[in-house]
Amino acid sequence: MPKAKVAFYWCASCGGCEEAQVDLADKLFDLVEAADIVLWPVAMDFKREDVERMPDGSIDVAIINGGIRMSEHEEMVKLLRRKSKLVVAYGSCAHMGGIPALANAYTKESIFKYAYEEAPTVNNPEGRRPEVRASFDGVELELPAFLDYLKPLDEVVEVDYYIPGCPPTPEITWEAISSILSGKLPPKGHVFGSDRALCYECPLNETKPEKISLDTIKRPHQIVLDPNKCYLTQGVLCMGPVTRGGCKALCIKGNMPCTGCFGPVDGVSYQGAKALSFFSSIINIDDENTFRKLVEELGVDPLGWFAKYCLGKGTIYRKKEER
Amino acid sequence: MGDENFEPKIVVIACHWCTYQAINLAGTSRFKYPPNVRVIRVMCSGRSDPQFVIEAFRNGADGVLVAGCHPGDCHYVNGNMKTMRRTVLLEKMLEQMGIERGRFRREWISAAEAKKWVDVVTEMVEQIRKLGPLVMRSGGGDG
Repeated sequence: MPKAKVAFYWCASCGGCEEAQVDLADKLFDLVEAADIVLWPVAMDFKREDVERMPDGSIDVAIINGGIRMSEHEEMVKLLRRKSKLVVAYGSCAHMGGIPALANAYTKESIFKYAYEEAPTVNNPEGRRPEVRASFDGVELELPAFLDYLKPLDEVVEVDYYIPGCPPTPEITWEAISSILSGKLPPKGHVFGSDRALCYECPLNETKPEKISLDTIKRPHQIVLDPNKCYLTQGVLCMGPVTRGGCKALCIKGNMPCTGCFGPVDGVSYQGAKALSFFSSIINIDDENTFRKLVEELGVDPLGWFAKYCLGKGTIYRKKEER
Repeated sequence: MGDENFEPKIVVIACHWCTYQAINLAGTSRFKYPPNVRVIRVMCSGRSDPQFVIEAFRNGADGVLVAGCHPGDCHYVNGNMKTMRRTVLLEKMLEQMGIERGRFRREWISAAEAKKWVDVVTEMVEQIRKLGPLVMRSGGGDG
C-alpha cells in the first residue's frame, strides 16, 4: 500500500500548534512510517512551487493551523484545498479565529497606526507602513497584503475536520491523525474531542454544587486558588461549563481555570454568547444599577472574557461582503 | 448612510406573558406603529439566548429588541433578571464588535402597556433610520 501524503501548513499562528505537533515525540516515527510529509514549513524545506507541481487531489490530508490574516494565507489554503483530499483545521485559530481574531474588534487602520506609529517601542520616523508593492535596489517586490479581518479556515475553504485547542494536546492530535490515516473517518465536519462540556471530565467536578450563585467574581491573580475545589465556587470565572471537553482538564490540573480554547460543544453557534449567558446566570444580583456598577468595577471586557478564542466565528463582518 | 429608501429591519424577541400581550393589545386597540418589526414570541425573555441576537444581526437585522416583564413580574419568578444581566453584558459585547449603541435595546413592557410598545418601536425605528443599514465598517474597539 502506498504511503499516505500529509501536508502541514501554518497561517496566522503563534507557533504553538507546531510545538504541539513536534510534541507527538516518538509518535512522529509512527507518523513518518505511515505517511510521507510533503509540506511542513516549520521543519522541512519545501517551496510553494513544489506544492503547485503536485497533481490536484494528490495530498491525502492537509493539516492547517492559524487564522487567515494575509492574502498569502488565503492563496496557500486555496492551493492546498485543491491539492488535498481532506483538509483539517488544526488549533483554535484555524477552528474559530483564536486569539488573533480579537483584532477583529479593531480596524485595519487602527492596528497599523498602533503597530507602526504609536507603540512605545516603535522607531519609524518616516511613518512607513507595509506595502504590497515595493521596490528595493531596483528590484520589484510583491508582498502579501494584510486583510481587513482575520477569518477562521472554514470561511475561506471547505474544511473536513477540526482539531480544537490552543494548542491541541498531543493525545488528541495523534487520535485525530491516526484515525484519519487508518481510514476510520468520522462524519464530515466532526470536531475531535469530547462532545460534552469540560466539567464532565474535570477532576473538581465532584465538588461543584447543584447551583452556583456568586455575588462577585475574582480574577485568578487576586486569590490563592484551592486546587481541590471547583474554581467557579471559589468565585473565579472558569469556562468549563461552556467549553468542549477532550483536553483532560490540563489547565485545571495546572491550577488555572479554563479559558475556553476547545470551543463550544456541538449545537452552539457562538461560544462567546453562551459564556456570557452562563456568567449572567451565576451572578446573583437582581438590581440593574448594582449589576452595572459591578461590571464596571470588575472591568468586564465581554469579548476578552467570554469570546477569547471564538471571535473569528462570531464576527459579524459578513454583512460587509453581502451588501 | 443617508439612504432615503432605507427601511430598518428590527427583530423583536418578546415574552409571551407581558410584551407579546402588549403587542396584541396594541393591535386590538388599533394603535398605529411602524411596520418594521418582526416579532418572535418566546415564553420568557430569559429564553432569548444572546446567540439569537447575534444570529439576527448576522442574518440581516438592523436592530434587535428584547422585551419582557417588568422586574418582579416574571411568570417564571426571575427569568427576566437573567435577561437583565445578559443584556447589560451583551450591549457591551456588541459595542466591542462594532455594532453601534441603539441597534440593540432591552425594554420592560407589561401586558397593559400597549402605548409604551408603540412608543418604543417608533423611537427605535427612527433611531435606526438615522444610523442607516448595518454595514460592518469596523470593530468598535477604536473608542
